Amino acid sequence: MNFRMIAYSVGRILTVIAATMLFPLFISIYYKENIASAYLIPIIISVAIGALVSIKAPKDKSLFVRDGMVIVALSWIIISVIGGLPFFISREIPSFVDCFFETASGFTTTGSTILTDVESMRRSILFWRSFTHWLGGMGVLVFTMAILSAKDTRTTYMMRAEMPGPVVGKIASKWQFSIRILYMIYIALTALETIFLLLGGMPLFDSLVHAFGTAGTGGFGIKNLSIGYYNSAYIDYVVAIFMMLFGVNFNIYYLLLIRKFAQIRGNDEIKFYLGVIAAVTVIITFNIMPIYHTFSNAFRYSFFQVSSIVTTTGYSTADFVTWPMLSQILLVLLMFMGGCAGSTGGGMKVIRVLILMKAGIHAVKKAASPRSVLSVKTDGKKVEETIVRGVLAYFVVYMLFMAASILIISLDNKDFATTVTSVISVMNNIGPGLSEVGPSGNYSGFSTLSKIVMSIDMLAGRLELYPILVLFSPHIWKRSK
Amino acid sequence: MNVVIAGGGKVGRKLVEDFNNEGENVILIDIVQSVCERVEESFDVRCVNGSATALETLNEAEIKKADLFIAVTENDEYNALCAVMAKKAGAAECVARVRNRIYFKQLDFMRSALGIDLIVNPEYATASEISRMLRFPAAINTETFAKGRIELIEFNVGEDNALCNHAIYEIYKKYKIRVLICAVQRGDDVFIPNGDFIIMAGDKLHITAPHKELTLFMREIGVIQKKLKSVILIGGGRISFYLAQLLIESGMEVKIIECDMKRCEELAENLPKADIVYGDGTDRNVLAEEGIDRVDSLVALTGIDEENMIISMYAQTRNVDKIVTKINRLSFGDLMERTGVYSIVTPKNITADMIIRYARAMKSAKDTEMVTLYRIVDNRAEAVEFIVNKESELTQKPLSQIRMSSNVLIAAILRNNKIILPEGGSTISVGDTVVVVTTKHLTTLSDILA
Repeated sequence: MNFRMIAYSVGRILTVIAATMLFPLFISIYYKENIASAYLIPIIISVAIGALVSIKAPKDKSLFVRDGMVIVALSWIIISVIGGLPFFISREIPSFVDCFFETASGFTTTGSTILTDVESMRRSILFWRSFTHWLGGMGVLVFTMAILSAKDTRTTYMMRAEMPGPVVGKIASKWQFSIRILYMIYIALTALETIFLLLGGMPLFDSLVHAFGTAGTGGFGIKNLSIGYYNSAYIDYVVAIFMMLFGVNFNIYYLLLIRKFAQIRGNDEIKFYLGVIAAVTVIITFNIMPIYHTFSNAFRYSFFQVSSIVTTTGYSTADFVTWPMLSQILLVLLMFMGGCAGSTGGGMKVIRVLILMKAGIHAVKKAASPRSVLSVKTDGKKVEETIVRGVLAYFVVYMLFMAASILIISLDNKDFATTVTSVISVMNNIGPGLSEVGPSGNYSGFSTLSKIVMSIDMLAGRLELYPILVLFSPHIWKRSK
Repeated sequence: MNVVIAGGGKVGRKLVEDFNNEGENVILIDIVQSVCERVEESFDVRCVNGSATALETLNEAEIKKADLFIAVTENDEYNALCAVMAKKAGAAECVARVRNRIYFKQLDFMRSALGIDLIVNPEYATASEISRMLRFPAAINTETFAKGRIELIEFNVGEDNALCNHAIYEIYKKYKIRVLICAVQRGDDVFIPNGDFIIMAGDKLHITAPHKELTLFMREIGVIQKKLKSVILIGGGRISFYLAQLLIESGMEVKIIECDMKRCEELAENLPKADIVYGDGTDRNVLAEEGIDRVDSLVALTGIDEENMIISMYAQTRNVDKIVTKINRLSFGDLMERTGVYSIVTPKNITADMIIRYARAMKSAKDTEMVTLYRIVDNRAEAVEFIVNKESELTQKPLSQIRMSSNVLIAAILRNNKIILPEGGSTISVGDTVVVVTTKHLTTLSDILA
């Protein structure tokens, strides 16, 4: 392990995060909130620590896979602590563990909250909460890479660890270019949504905050009723469509920009993703028709919720806990799938589900005729056996991790739906679950232990398990001679 | 610069590494998925999985934007074909590796007929490198500049060397010979020395001078410069063939030991002046019988690195004056070189260097004055040749008054075909060729200013 290089990389990320805290600082000054110190103290702390360890680049720049994973996992934990300090110092959230939970939920774009009354919070605090979604959506290291010049060539390991999906597609020959292109797309889409929301009569502050929440597929709202507060079909559709867009692999937008339509048509993942959204929306629409009476209303609520859950955003316009069981179960199943690889969405990723399903079908075929030779194909190309095996292994680890978490959460002695869906929800970075943690509920009722476990779950889910598992495996930390 | 490389073999990967380190945009095309993955993991480049002769793949690798396309797959015909296709599809320049002797003979025709800008033959390049080493046996390594007029040689300072424990200015004063010590490698560090630098035993010096002075200097300091008269080549592959040709031309006695009868016959037919021996070059009895005790030099060129290393070690115990070892996988090559006895050649590096040099020159031809670039001391220092084509701060004052940045040294100035070894009073004027040795990364001559 190259500890010097790990410290250096984490230090650089800290400095960048400190810089992003300037935004809420300005907002708090603008609204005369008198909590400048809540931002200044963490900024000073992170700049001081960051500068101390990263002022001089280490001589030995070698990084191996595990160093990359440790950097990513460590960075995310540290920024969740530092990013939580404003809540703590401003006394908006008195408990430190709650602050950590809330920030981890922000950066991992989960959107689960322990706040019982968001509307009473200060503006800059609300802004910072949602801004963490926007930063975390694309990845914090990715963000650092995009703005700081990075000449280190061994960044692939870190990018791998932070960017979602079983394979990471690079669109330019250098990471920095790739990332800058993706960020341009990200910023453009966020700006577009803000404009559309403004046109729908939403105030500027609200529009911006909701655009951040949508872009990162996070889901922190600033109203107790989430998007439902505005009660406008236009706003519902704008948010729903943008959520859906942010759940698409960003490389697709790049292909659109460079007019390679054939490649988009050949992409199985997006076809499956859109197909699932359409199918589930239709089923739920008919299922909830008796509640909302008209087709248009049922469709509006159904589409919004499907889009919100499948992209793992977690905004809500209706309390789906009151919907029929079929709809609820469908939504829970969508939670597992999540968005496409290379999007800001969480969950298992559409491509993994697709590969798992195909591998499963093959297993059945093989059971019937053992001599048949089958290969899993996506986008018309064979998926390498190692990738298929990787996806299967990921699924197993994912399920075990989830089971272990559920076991610990069950100590709180909540009802079955709460216990299970809360873990499913945080691990897939969604936000709301069912029962007590449904759209109208929150996570404040859990014990400290459960909150810590859930925070770790969020980070593990966002970073796709391995970095967090590697960070906590003891043999990694053994010093070499 | 956008570089597209077809083929992720030994040379391909080396090129990816080098171009990536230089900050160029690299896209690698390889037909094997796992090669692509491995390369993408280790370097910040993009890989395209597919055949480089498929237009679809070339387009995916953004061939239209490519400034340089390099075909280094294992097959000659394939390389030539995809180089031609790449060029037609929009690449600005293309390079192909072609190793077949028949094609190599008609190199100029192939270049012009197919429109390939550079054809590289790794075996021939390696052979010429080895022949240079044999012509200058005291040196571990030699490079030539200014079309062969200036030589940069690397040699080891032994325990009993007269230079030991002397500062460089003392050495210059004592011998009064026009040589310049450009770079010193000590252990893992590389220094661009100034006058106060003290030479120690075990250092590797990189010195430059005109050929004659160099010979004189070597004699003065007690490194006797004996001309090599005979050589044994172990292994009769393509490098051996080219090398034998070159050495016979320069008047050496050449003996090739090859363990394949058919190949022996081929060699005997094509190299009538060489001694071809059918036998196992790793067998000490064969070596003894073929006169390892009498021969001046030995070059180990079998296909197996370990064999080459062992043969070289054995040759050293038999007091062969000059030993050159071919090592393909470099990982452990430095282990041998550290002992300083052997000269190591690595064909993939020689090939990659040739291509990089071409790319650099191509890039610099546009806006700067760089002519050639040599990487010395295991790529940790560079010797760059510039043409001074305009008046600047450098051309107005004598060198002693120019503030140059550290780790930069002007090694030679070439004016009207005459070599000037720079001193404090020397000046640079327009039209000169200047060789600069540095551990920094230079793109223009003015980069040397502090």
